[in-house]
Amino acid sequence: MAYHRYDAVIVGAGGAGLMAAIQLAGHANIAVVSKLYPPRSHTGAAQGGISAALGNTEEDHWEWHMFDTVKGGDYLVDQDAAEVLSREAIDAVIELEHMGLPFNRTPEGKIDQRRFGGHTRNYGEAAVRRACYAADRTGHMIIQTLYQQGIKHNVNFFDEYHLLDILFTDDGACCGVVVYEIKTGELHTIHAKTVLIASGGYGRVFKITSNALAGTGDGVAVAYRRGIPLMDMEFYQFHPTGLYKLGILLSEAARGEGGILRNNDGEAFAERYAPTLKDLAPRDMVSRFIHQEVKEGRGIDGKDYVLLDVSHLDPDVIDQKLPDVTDFARVYLGVEPKTEGVPIQPTAHYAMGGIPTNIEGQVIYDPQTSVVPGFYSAGESACVSVHGANRLGTNSLVDLVVFGRRAGRHMLQHIQESDFLPLPPNPEDVARAELDALLSRDSGERATNIRAEMQEMMMDNVSVVRHEPGLIEARDKLAELRNRYDSVYVQDHGKTYNTDLLEALELGAMLDCADTIVHGALARQESRGAHYREDFEARDDKEWLAHSLIYRTDEGLQLRKKPVSITRFEPKERKY
Amino acid sequence: MEVTLRIKRFNPEQDEKPHFEEYQVDVEGTDRVLDALNQVKWIHDGTLTYRRSCAHGICGSDAMRINGRNRLACKILMKDLGKRITIEPLIGFKIEKDLLVDMEPFFDSYKAIKPYLIADDAPSAGERRQSPEERARFDDTTKCILCASCTTACPVTWTSDDFVGPAAIVNAHRFIFDSRDSGALDRLRILNSQSGVWRCRTIFNCTDACPRDIKVTDAIEQVKRALMAEQI
Ligand SMILES: Cc1cc2nc3c(=O)[nH]c(=O)nc-3n(C[C@H](O)[C@H](O)[C@H](O)COP(=O)(O)OP(=O)(O)OC[C@H]3O[C@@H](n4cnc5c(N)ncnc54)[C@H](O)[C@@H]3O)c2cc1C
Ligand code: SF4
Ligand code: FES
Repeated sequence: MAYHRYDAVIVGAGGAGLMAAIQLAGHANIAVVSKLYPPRSHTGAAQGGISAALGNTEEDHWEWHMFDTVKGGDYLVDQDAAEVLSREAIDAVIELEHMGLPFNRTPEGKIDQRRFGGHTRNYGEAAVRRACYAADRTGHMIIQTLYQQGIKHNVNFFDEYHLLDILFTDDGACCGVVVYEIKTGELHTIHAKTVLIASGGYGRVFKITSNALAGTGDGVAVAYRRGIPLMDMEFYQFHPTGLYKLGILLSEAARGEGGILRNNDGEAFAERYAPTLKDLAPRDMVSRFIHQEVKEGRGIDGKDYVLLDVSHLDPDVIDQKLPDVTDFARVYLGVEPKTEGVPIQPTAHYAMGGIPTNIEGQVIYDPQTSVVPGFYSAGESACVSVHGANRLGTNSLVDLVVFGRRAGRHMLQHIQESDFLPLPPNPEDVARAELDALLSRDSGERATNIRAEMQEMMMDNVSVVRHEPGLIEARDKLAELRNRYDSVYVQDHGKTYNTDLLEALELGAMLDCADTIVHGALARQESRGAHYREDFEARDDKEWLAHSLIYRTDEGLQLRKKPVSITRFEPKERKY
Repeated sequence: MEVTLRIKRFNPEQDEKPHFEEYQVDVEGTDRVLDALNQVKWIHDGTLTYRRSCAHGICGSDAMRINGRNRLACKILMKDLGKRITIEPLIGFKIEKDLLVDMEPFFDSYKAIKPYLIADDAPSAGERRQSPEERARFDDTTKCILCASCTTACPVTWTSDDFVGPAAIVNAHRFIFDSRDSGALDRLRILNSQSGVWRCRTIFNCTDACPRDIKVTDAIEQVKRALMAEQI
């Protein structure tokens, strides 16, 4: 076993983790741990843009951005956090530019901006150009730029190390992590004053997803096992335009640039449901429009997909502003977007829920927002909550840089004010026991079918449209899968790059995430944002204008409600 | 359809040297090679080892030699490869296990060319200005996903340890031609050294290998020309 000591350990080298690391570099002794090489993180997959009310191409104000965020989130957004998000977005985007991010430019040489779903002018009047972008690889440029800054600032990277456990003192303060060195199979204890979990999302819980194979919710699950509640897990976003059967994302930028969804009759159906914003209505809604079209038999050839049509756009716009996404259609479906519609279906995309934090990134553990000293989370693994019941496009990248930065700064303050706390005795015990159990068996069922059955079931019962019988079935199925997982067989018993073992660990994390999603979805007897219950179609502000906190206890999962922060905008019906 | 995968295997805990093993997989023509590898790993042999993450050609994890050419396993479809497919790790880096190679030397070369914006103080308010034309000047090389396909396709890197390789030059290009950057001379000096651009023999393997369609050889030529113009 190896022992290390750092002021801060950051788990996850995506946009959120790296943004925090850059705040700390040079001021504190830090380690960034990641199971992937940093530029491989899924932030690199983000396509469309990052919103900030720069007003570079038309009038815009952070208050409008805040309003759109709150309304887009179906009023479950904490408005204090949304204010921070939309105010600080402006400065954060400029900071990215200063770090070298190659944004597309306006003729005057400013950062160019484009339209995106749910972002409007003057509190809902019409779509506004707010998304700053670098072609359709904005996330790629963000991860590259932040990684480059990490290199410049000599950040200590622990590349290809997998988080297994988070360490706490008896008083509940966080004091380090245990990680597994993938190359050697060795365990490392990292003793730290502060720990940041920035391990990203868990889209792989579902069969059709835009998320990477590494998007398995590891950090979220480890925190949960250590008694931290998870917040708003029932809110999982399905993006309307995933490549048919593959789930690979075709950015909303395609619709931002003028792309249109069409059903089997060739009809631009979004207009019928959302007369003002049409195809640029928020994602939860557009995904339901597609679901409805398919249900009423207007899917293409009666199947479960519709077409995304960009064939009427200027070919130069396609080549210059949408090169990657149109290439995906060519490579994976053999479809030429310049002349034909691209088959698409909703794809599991983004976790609104996660580890609850306050606006400094500090993890909180109860409805009174009491903080866990030394413990932080940011990015998709966290829930601040700026996305509420449904995230607007481009707001995740903003979330990463704004709250990654705030978390980093607050960690620095904490580091300067406090000492190292003693580690618990035998800090590696829990991690060691988990590994030993997985490697002890010489036969049995492998992870493959358990994972596939989970993904299929979550897609069928817990996706765009939900109802009680389906959710109960899901809960029972997960219990059965958990049972099977408890005796899962890992075939590779080696120490070097044992990816078979890692996949089993990841499945364990996904089962925890799935449990909490289903539990929250079953409890929440209303429809709000991405959580749509056929049996409770209306939003119920009286009972459910509240966050859910789900705890793992000896008596099973327990749910507590946490009030929503409402500062400027009273909840209204959401129409577009 | 039934396809045979011939995969180069090496387990450092058991094998002295790599050997080939064959697996039958049942795939659709539209499946990716990565799907076929997953099928082997998930059904036939859990010890098969390779890197992967995004599964759609943007994270750079799964470059490998497929029928003798460097490709991303997630960006090449079965229908384009025939019934018998040979899969090997990238050449030129140490094999760690099966298809997974040691990437440290690759990232070291990347770091050596100072891959970050070097610029004077930023304006106190707002962004640095850059015209669309200036931005277009280095657009192609911003697409690099650090997959190492180009570097490991280059015969020069197979025979010498110290050549920085095309990927590092591509990333140097990305900054040298960025109007906001003032570190060009620094980088050009590094690339003018023993291990720099002059080792390139313009063989074009790199360009053929790049899954992002970056004109790699072109970028290298531009750097060479900049060096001559600067007379370093
Ligand atoms: C295809 C696609 C397109 C998108 N487009 C946009 C867009 O245009 N605009 C927008 O705002 N948002 C977009 N999003 C959403 C946004 O990209 C993500 O929500 C965001 O990038 C997540 O960043 P992160 O830093 O939280 O995590 P990630 O970038 O996912 O990084 C997670 C990190 O944690 C590490 N990690 C995970 N588990 C472990 C472990 N067990 N041990 C050690 N390390 C671990 C990983 O190695 C990685 O470094 C898009 C998402 C997808 C999938
Ligand atoms: S230039 Fe192309 S081949 Fe070379 S590392 Fe970059 S993306 Fe890969
Ligand atoms: S898995 Fe990401 S590039 Fe292939």
